[in-house]
Amino acid sequence: MTDARLPATERRAIIRDSLGVGVATGAYGVSFGAVSVAAGLSVWQTCALSLLVFTGASQFALVGVIATGGAPMSGALTALLLGTRNTLYGLRLAPLLAWRGPRRALAAHVLLDESTAMSVTRETRAAARLGFLVTGVSIFVLWNLATLAGAVAGTTLGDPRRYGLDAAVGAAFLALLWPRLHRRSNQVVALAAAAVALGVVPLAPLGVPVLAAAGVALVAGALTRGPAR
Amino acid sequence: MIWTAVLVTAVGCYLLKLAGLSVPPRILERPLVERVADLIPVALLSALVAVQVFSSGHEQVLDARALGLGAAVVLLLLRAPFLVVVFGAAAVAAGARLLL
Repeated sequence: MTDARLPATERRAIIRDSLGVGVATGAYGVSFGAVSVAAGLSVWQTCALSLLVFTGASQFALVGVIATGGAPMSGALTALLLGTRNTLYGLRLAPLLAWRGPRRALAAHVLLDESTAMSVTRETRAAARLGFLVTGVSIFVLWNLATLAGAVAGTTLGDPRRYGLDAAVGAAFLALLWPRLHRRSNQVVALAAAAVALGVVPLAPLGVPVLAAAGVALVAGALTRGPAR
Repeated sequence: MIWTAVLVTAVGCYLLKLAGLSVPPRILERPLVERVADLIPVALLSALVAVQVFSSGHEQVLDARALGLGAAVVLLLLRAPFLVVVFGAAAVAAGARLLL
């Protein structure tokens, strides 16, 4: 890995691809904004989530649990568990990006599925940093604007059920899950987790069934231990 | 209460991101930790789908939301973009409520 400067053509290609991902991803902040106010959060709370939490699956998880009547703190716990994957992304990216101090602290905020994907495959540090920043910052700007638009539109709609917005939450989670279902073992874990969560629904406080499903991940991870090394 | 949850989630999610960029890899890069961390999003997202679509309070229910989810599956198989999947599912559920 070198710190050599990027040729102009590679630079342009990275910026173009990263902006494309940024626009496509940022736009679905509209659905988050609409779903969040439908769940009962205020426009301010909705915008605070996009500004401060800024990791889509965790934001949807928090408002999803609140939408079903669960305690906000069990929603927060679910959101944090989903946020752990960003820690793994960070581990992969740390040697590649090699930022320290305040730059690292700022970069951490835009560490996401998409910014990781657009930088982790680059050959040079300059290319990795460029892909990471352009993707992360463009998503940040658009995601927050789109959230505000969706939230404001959502407050003027009236009963969210009339527009099927309660069904939109499940569809959003499925769309986030979909790319992870290629592997057969993940399909098994997904089905088991859904069954555990629904099985627990009548028994546990609202919000807990989803957390119980995290147990499936723990058990599956322990059981699939590969050969000793 | 919601504000507390918002702030806890914000601080926690940020620290999780920062930890990955800051912690020496050998502390977290272990096969078991990696496997579980890979599976947690799968399990949680799947559970969230199930609870969002097939439950209401403490009851398991089957209603228009299931049709919305069916539409989402079809749209995902057709490789539709995220927003089309989400609002397509909403439209199908809303249509079903109007008709049924």
